[in-house]
Amino acid sequence: MAEAVLAPASPAISYNDEVIKKFTIASVFWGIVAMTVGVYIATELCWPAFNLGLSFLNFGRLRPVHTSAAIFAFGGNALFATSFYVVQRTCRARLAGPEALHDFLFWGYNFFIVMAALSYVMGYSRGQEYSEPEWHITVFLVVVWVLYAAVFIATLLKRAEPHIYVANWFYLAFILTVAVLVLVNNAALPVSPFAGKSYVVYSGVQNAMVQWWYGHNAVGFFLTAAFLGMMYYFIPKQAGRPVYSYRLSVVHFWSLIFLYMWAGPHHLHYTSLPDWTQTLGMAFSIMLWMPSWGGMINGLMTLSGAWDKLRTDPALRFSVTAVGFYGMSTFEGPVMSIREVNSLAHYTDWVIGHVHSGALGWVAFITFGAIYYMVPALWRRSGLYSNKLVAWHYWIATLGIVFYISAMWVAGIMQGLMWRAYDQFGFLQYSFSEAVSAVHPYYVIRLLGGLMFLTGMLMMTYNLIQTVRSPSTQRREAALPAGLAVAGE
Amino acid sequence: MFKIRHETIEKNAILLLVLTVITVAIGGIVEIVPLFTIETTVEPVKGVRPYSPLELAGRNIYVREGCYLCHSQQIRTLKDEVERYGHYSLAAESMYDRPFQWGSKRIGPDLARVGGRYSSDWHYAHLRHPQALVPESLMPSYAFLAATRLNYDLIERHMSVQRTLGVPYTDEEIANARQDLLAQANAQDDQDAVVKRYPKAVAVPGQPGFPTEMDALVAYLQVLGTMVDFADIAVEKLQQ
Repeated sequence: MAEAVLAPASPAISYNDEVIKKFTIASVFWGIVAMTVGVYIATELCWPAFNLGLSFLNFGRLRPVHTSAAIFAFGGNALFATSFYVVQRTCRARLAGPEALHDFLFWGYNFFIVMAALSYVMGYSRGQEYSEPEWHITVFLVVVWVLYAAVFIATLLKRAEPHIYVANWFYLAFILTVAVLVLVNNAALPVSPFAGKSYVVYSGVQNAMVQWWYGHNAVGFFLTAAFLGMMYYFIPKQAGRPVYSYRLSVVHFWSLIFLYMWAGPHHLHYTSLPDWTQTLGMAFSIMLWMPSWGGMINGLMTLSGAWDKLRTDPALRFSVTAVGFYGMSTFEGPVMSIREVNSLAHYTDWVIGHVHSGALGWVAFITFGAIYYMVPALWRRSGLYSNKLVAWHYWIATLGIVFYISAMWVAGIMQGLMWRAYDQFGFLQYSFSEAVSAVHPYYVIRLLGGLMFLTGMLMMTYNLIQTVRSPSTQRREAALPAGLAVAGE
Repeated sequence: MFKIRHETIEKNAILLLVLTVITVAIGGIVEIVPLFTIETTVEPVKGVRPYSPLELAGRNIYVREGCYLCHSQQIRTLKDEVERYGHYSLAAESMYDRPFQWGSKRIGPDLARVGGRYSSDWHYAHLRHPQALVPESLMPSYAFLAATRLNYDLIERHMSVQRTLGVPYTDEEIANARQDLLAQANAQDDQDAVVKRYPKAVAVPGQPGFPTEMDALVAYLQVLGTMVDFADIAVEKLQQ
């Protein structure tokens, strides 16, 4: 497969890079929004007075803003940007369809995000995690998504390369599966055509199962498969090495997409969900460890013979550390899906720590690596404004993650143990509120970790703006025809 | 031996697409479809009833405010949880819940059986200023709910849409929705009709003629987990 990337560029194809630029800018913008809101709600959990008694600033309304902004706005825009970047270059074909359609995808998707965020703070929510937008916003999203799928698939169909490159398999699986998940999980009847309120068609146990089938695969396909697509393109490019193993990537792809879809019930251990479903979910979650690590090995081993680049290319450091965090979270996940471990971990901050080691360590880091790589290419600059600033970003962000996840591990395990502790007389030892005050210091450390991560994000933003604007980054050679200067990247 | 080369798949976008959809569909079909067909998934339990109009309106406020982000409504089958919160949750207890609110995080305690644990007055005071009653609490103030008049213009539509989805609301219940809602929100009123239609419904001390969002929310909280009388049920019936 690697040949597809390394194949010499053929006659001029002009790629649509303009829309990629827009998605990239939006991704950075929403990243700042998501992390700022995250820091704010972390402050509310340290000192509840920060809710200010205002309905629209309450934790319950802002938390979906944080999660949606991080997953769908920051992550989503980055996926639009990179999938369009990768599919054009690995297919050696211009993005299918008219430019107006691509622009509609950009404005349409971001309009969806703004509407969703506004609806949460104004008090509209379906009340299902990561699937909060009410029905009319979801209907609009479905239109945008179908067009996105059409553009992506049509580009694959008109490719000049005989093979479809592995990164595109992952992007394709992500686009298709997210469509299926959203359609099934959002099946609902509106109260009235003019009311922003609907009732989901499933109730109770079935609703719980469908929701976590959706929820876990939002992780599996939105936050994993798609970002693996990013890994399979940008790490080989940054390292200047082909993907380590073609065979491993085939096994990785099929086993990952097959197994992920079974893992949802591990969110529902010891609940009213039937035991057989819980057991099935647990078993498949543990099996999922294997393809996950297969993918990690494939990503890391791609650096064979190019490890020295980590010293000179701090952007590559982000991508490689991301794969490390991916390996760590995909080991932690199966462990937490084991019933007995889950009895301790569930409902605690351990889960929050686990999610953030994935979201910050894997998703955000692999995105940072890709953005640092793409921006000079898209804006035709010779390089980044400051590699030193990238290195600073790297260290402050990494340290921030370590603060965040270790605080949440300690807080989570402590909560779990306090909830189940018995005293010498056989009574529950702690009241619930004792466990609440016990975690306060760790919530403050978490806030600090989040602030560090946000600081790094702002450093990146400054660095990227300067890369585009500063005269110190030379324009690239204009000797190549339009589009090709980038095609050789 | 018959051998499929992966090359065939990766050279054909439509084949790749079709095989991907088939591969991702299997897990969900195996895990979800039987939950609708196996009868023991939700075993019927005496006492579970649809929400009264005021409780339903309160539930929608609970959902809207994102209460589920800090409070679970699912007592797991673990000793310490049963001792802390009460009998573990039964599937039937959430059979009319759209959406389910089992939650995933306990920043605050589980609420599956909070009904009847505290007085309604306690809930009003606590929602206004949680720290006044529980100093360690991280909960925001919900005083604004007490100042907001409950919008129940579409209450009959809410109930009939739920009926379309399988909640057994009767014509009589839907026809009397407004009356029942106003009566339950004003404890001074005669509650006979409400309690007859919705056993164990708790009347809340709201102002007559001005039902607030807080009245509705408290009515909902007060019914949580109280519908099933566990003294009635033989232990072996509850074994999963």
